[in-house]
Amino acid sequence: MENEAGALSRVAGLFSSRGYNIESLTVAATEDSTLSRMTLVTTGSDDVIEQITKQLNKLIEVVKVVDLSEGNHIERELMLIKVRAVDHDREEIKRMADIFRGRIIDVTDKSYTIELTGTGSKLDAFIEAMNRTTILETVRTGASGIGRGERILKV
Amino acid sequence: MFNPTYIADIQHFETQESMSAELTGAEITVRCLQEEGVEHIFGYPGGAVLFLYDELFKQDKVRHILVRHEQAAVHAADGYARSSNKVGVALVTSGPGVTNAVTGIATAYMDSIPLVIISGQVPTHAIGLDAFQEVDTVGITRPCVKHNFLVKDVAELATTIKKAFYIASTGRPGPVLVDIPKDVSQQKTKFVYPERVTMRSYNPNIRGHAGQIKKAVQLILEARRPMIYTGGGVILSNAAARLTELVRLLRFPCTNTLMGLGGYPATDRQFVGMLGMHGTYEANMAMQHCDVLVAVGARFDDRVIGNPKHFYNPDRKIIHIDIDPSSISKRVKVDVPIVGNVPDVLDELIKLLELRKEKPDQNTLDAWWAQIDSWRERDCLRYDRTSAIIKPQMVVETLYKVTNGDAFITSDVGQHQMWAAQFYKFDLPRRWINSGGLGTMGFGLPSAMGVQMANPGAHVACITGEASIQMCIQELSTCKQYHLPLKIINLNNRYMGMVRQWQEFFHGNRYAESYMDALPDFVKLAESYGHVGMRIEQPGDVEAALLEAFKLKGRLVFMDFVTDQTENVFPMVPGGKGLSEMILV
Repeated sequence: MENEAGALSRVAGLFSSRGYNIESLTVAATEDSTLSRMTLVTTGSDDVIEQITKQLNKLIEVVKVVDLSEGNHIERELMLIKVRAVDHDREEIKRMADIFRGRIIDVTDKSYTIELTGTGSKLDAFIEAMNRTTILETVRTGASGIGRGERILKV
Repeated sequence: MFNPTYIADIQHFETQESMSAELTGAEITVRCLQEEGVEHIFGYPGGAVLFLYDELFKQDKVRHILVRHEQAAVHAADGYARSSNKVGVALVTSGPGVTNAVTGIATAYMDSIPLVIISGQVPTHAIGLDAFQEVDTVGITRPCVKHNFLVKDVAELATTIKKAFYIASTGRPGPVLVDIPKDVSQQKTKFVYPERVTMRSYNPNIRGHAGQIKKAVQLILEARRPMIYTGGGVILSNAAARLTELVRLLRFPCTNTLMGLGGYPATDRQFVGMLGMHGTYEANMAMQHCDVLVAVGARFDDRVIGNPKHFYNPDRKIIHIDIDPSSISKRVKVDVPIVGNVPDVLDELIKLLELRKEKPDQNTLDAWWAQIDSWRERDCLRYDRTSAIIKPQMVVETLYKVTNGDAFITSDVGQHQMWAAQFYKFDLPRRWINSGGLGTMGFGLPSAMGVQMANPGAHVACITGEASIQMCIQELSTCKQYHLPLKIINLNNRYMGMVRQWQEFFHGNRYAESYMDALPDFVKLAESYGHVGMRIEQPGDVEAALLEAFKLKGRLVFMDFVTDQTENVFPMVPGGKGLSEMILV
């Protein structure tokens, strides 16, 4: 979509006014600074998804809409998670982060902040694997997606 | 009011200036309107638009019509657009100017009417600081415009206004708002009005898919019980003549939605009347029982087909022609979707049908017409013509007779609107002006002003009720100022009639708050605004009164018809019911 003030609120407004779900929404400028790319994760029947696509296309600032889930695609989400890490937990949490290929990016004597990237379900799995009481804070970006292989979205 | 020499001087000054010097945002705005060929704008001044008004004052190409409430400004621009096929323009100030305009904007949005609304905004440095008369105009209007802009830099003003007109009038039309902060209207820049604008994200010129059109032709030729159902899209795209050609070529029955009336001549035998909640028995039955349905510029909305589950029929094939892809398969799944400009697609259809040697089977078509005629015999619109109390239907029928069916008719919302739609036979498009989508009471009078401005000399009548008319009654003053000789047909039954009807049918005759108590004396009210008032109480006086009113050429006549309080609109498809589950008289 056009990288213009208000474009995001048009998309968000469309979803709320027509009662569509937004599971996550990420947006940032692309290599072409006049364009933003948004990845929006939603759920609905085929009919609803068709309507969402059509309604998005009607927005003047939306340049192109692609349903990534129609083909092979890759999606990644970033999570920053701060956990209480004291005594023997420190070693255990470090090992768990390694298993999930997370990185500890900030340390205090009582906590770790772990950076973890993957699909949403991988991030969910990590949260499940952590002892709930140790989790102090999480922040997730929502998914960003791209087509696999030669499949590209270009305007 | 104006000194002509003074105006001439200014214009001379301006043309010289534009070659070299820079213009203010206000000057640019007015110049853009002139470049677009805008002759009338409807508005109301205020702090944030003072510079704009100052520039309007200095010229005489764009005529400003001062309304008495911003809602009326937008409705008037709307009526102007609907009746003339031009873009309607309204000008309002920031804050309450905009919030008052919102009802008008939403009305136009629901009916896809091309409007450009210019609104003033507080200066850019004050935006977000809760300044006097500040509202988030772009935010408030976002869900009810086709697009809107906040112009923060005077260098972008001309292009933005060009885009606004382009977006409003192309594709599926709609209102576009341009919000101009006060300081932007003061800043100066070089004025260049672009001849055209292109936007990579907006390409409204869609041609119908040739393969889909071929499929449609095949279905049409094989149809045994065909039906052509057309909506506002036929009116908006100026496709009425082509539609008529197609319908006559095929000898198929045709129905129009409330928004589509006039798309096919109502006095023609192939017209089966309006369909929908208050559509005719024959139209609704044919719609429900047809085997091939051709939907043209219509959107299967809830007031048209009722419950989509009941409407669903696996044996019926649907062809749907519309310029807006999101209108297709929204409420009803269709078999042959054709996204494209309606007149172009109809042209293609006609061409292909004429090329093909075969015709739909005429014997089965005769049988289908026989069925439709037997539904017609039900005479679903009958009412008591011998009543001693004035029947509202009779007033509309007499109005039709007195005007030879040649008037522009606007309406408000409710029972009177349905009777107008049922009993005034529209043979031409753009003659029936009503708020179909949003259902805005208060629309009738101000939209009639716009219609009269766009069609000076034409007969313009506003069919209204005593409840609706009071929602924008202040515009009687505007009508006086601009000498608008409207004929107001007030079907006064002392009730919000449609609310009363639903309360009678579905709420056990409990008429909660639907009685209009303490009504004004409309005759005196009209007279106090400088107009002619009439009160008509006897059925025998209806025709003479209407004749007299239309003889008063230059005068607005407010005709207060005292009508039957208990009259209901029939047929009626109750909310949530199927199209063939009508309550009949």
